Amino acid sequence: MKDNAIIIHPHDNVAVALWTLAAGELLRVKGVACFPAREAIPASHKIALRDIAEGEEIIKYGETVAVSIKDIREGEWVHTHNLESQRWKK
Amino acid sequence: MNKISGYERNDGRFGIRNHVLVLPTVSCVNGVVNRISREAPESVCITHAHGCGRGGSRDRQILFNILTGMVGHPNVGAVVIIGLGCEVSSIKNLLPLIQNIQKPIVTFNVQDDGGSISTAQKGAAAARRLLSEISNQRRVSLPWDKLLVSMECGGSDALSGVTANVALGAVADWLVEKGATVILSENTEMIGTAHILSRRAKNEQVAGNIEELVERAEKLTHNIMGELAGLVISPGNMDGGMSTIAEKSMGCICKGGTSTINQVIDYGEIPKERGLVLQDGPGYDCDSMAGLAASGSQLMFFSTGRGTPAGFPVLPVIKVASNSRIYQAMQDDMDVNAGSLVEGKPPAELQAEMLELMIRVINGEETKAEANKMDIFTFMTVNPPF
Repeated sequence: MKDNAIIIHPHDNVAVALWTLAAGELLRVKGVACFPAREAIPASHKIALRDIAEGEEIIKYGETVAVSIKDIREGEWVHTHNLESQRWKK
Repeated sequence: MNKISGYERNDGRFGIRNHVLVLPTVSCVNGVVNRISREAPESVCITHAHGCGRGGSRDRQILFNILTGMVGHPNVGAVVIIGLGCEVSSIKNLLPLIQNIQKPIVTFNVQDDGGSISTAQKGAAAARRLLSEISNQRRVSLPWDKLLVSMECGGSDALSGVTANVALGAVADWLVEKGATVILSENTEMIGTAHILSRRAKNEQVAGNIEELVERAEKLTHNIMGELAGLVISPGNMDGGMSTIAEKSMGCICKGGTSTINQVIDYGEIPKERGLVLQDGPGYDCDSMAGLAASGSQLMFFSTGRGTPAGFPVLPVIKVASNSRIYQAMQDDMDVNAGSLVEGKPPAELQAEMLELMIRVINGEETKAEANKMDIFTFMTVNPPF
């Protein structure tokens, strides 16, 4: 089975869906089946690789790209509905 | 297999091509240069839309930096400059800036050399003579620390920051490890990442320069776009999975790799440091390429997702597609398919493939953009013409 997601940097807590994943579909990264997507994940969008608490940083490219604004569970879609930009907060 | 070769220049730099460049000082004489290109097709004849009619000191500085950068470019073995006579960047004004460049340079002025047809004939004869004169120069071993490679992206899609730019970053890190220089530009694509980039700076001073660069880009974006500046991250970007400006910008700047940032240079400035260097250049690819070339990079990687054929005169441009669909659809133009990562190709395998291609290109193999002559030469301006 082909990978359906990619982890860009080893420190990341999100993976990127390579195509649209259906709810319940098993996430496969580097040939390893991990856990099911808890909801549909649109192509090239982010999926949580572990539970991320409210206020925790979203790490992609090994860098902080956003902060979560609610508890996010492993396998959930990570996007503007559950994170915010850190841009104006130094 | 890691042996690379190039042409050693008198200033200590190395070219990976040995072109005769025919360059107009001002757009008024583009027609003369076009005529020369028909009569001496083996020379690289480029036209542009500048040279006069803009008064500001910054525009003047950019104009002279880019023109002198092209004349001095290590991939250029000899130059024919076609001037008009009364323009801002006239040969008279250019000469003091290029007098230390040790390569054959021949100049003509249309106003002094008998008009357009006569100047074109003289220019073509000079180009043919220079082609034969430099044809006996031979390639020698090129040390990796004399190589400058620039990283560019344009016509990006949602996969650019997932496949192609990540692949470029892996090549960038490999090059820096080898002692080469990598130039990353496009200041508008660094917005929101000042804190990330400055942390990677060599020292406090470089960190300060990075913060200033990103702040200037943000201010300029606000001045131009006003309320719409927020659209730097557009609804289309968000549909593509990018949630914040920092995430979008990371997808761009990751093509520079992860090494220490050793210097911040101006648009078209030649770096003094090796390793990773940031250029304060615009996000628009065609303008960006001229700045990266004038800085002396001999080779460019260019990632694209929507697909662009753009290349640059005198500089081989390696096109990297972010997805297999555009790689197939634009086979004429694409050199590498980073979309293969989606189909399960291991990143290390893609990196090895890109390095092998890069070495072949350095040693003389033509890229698609080179073979197709997709040369575009235009550069940044600050003020409108008057």
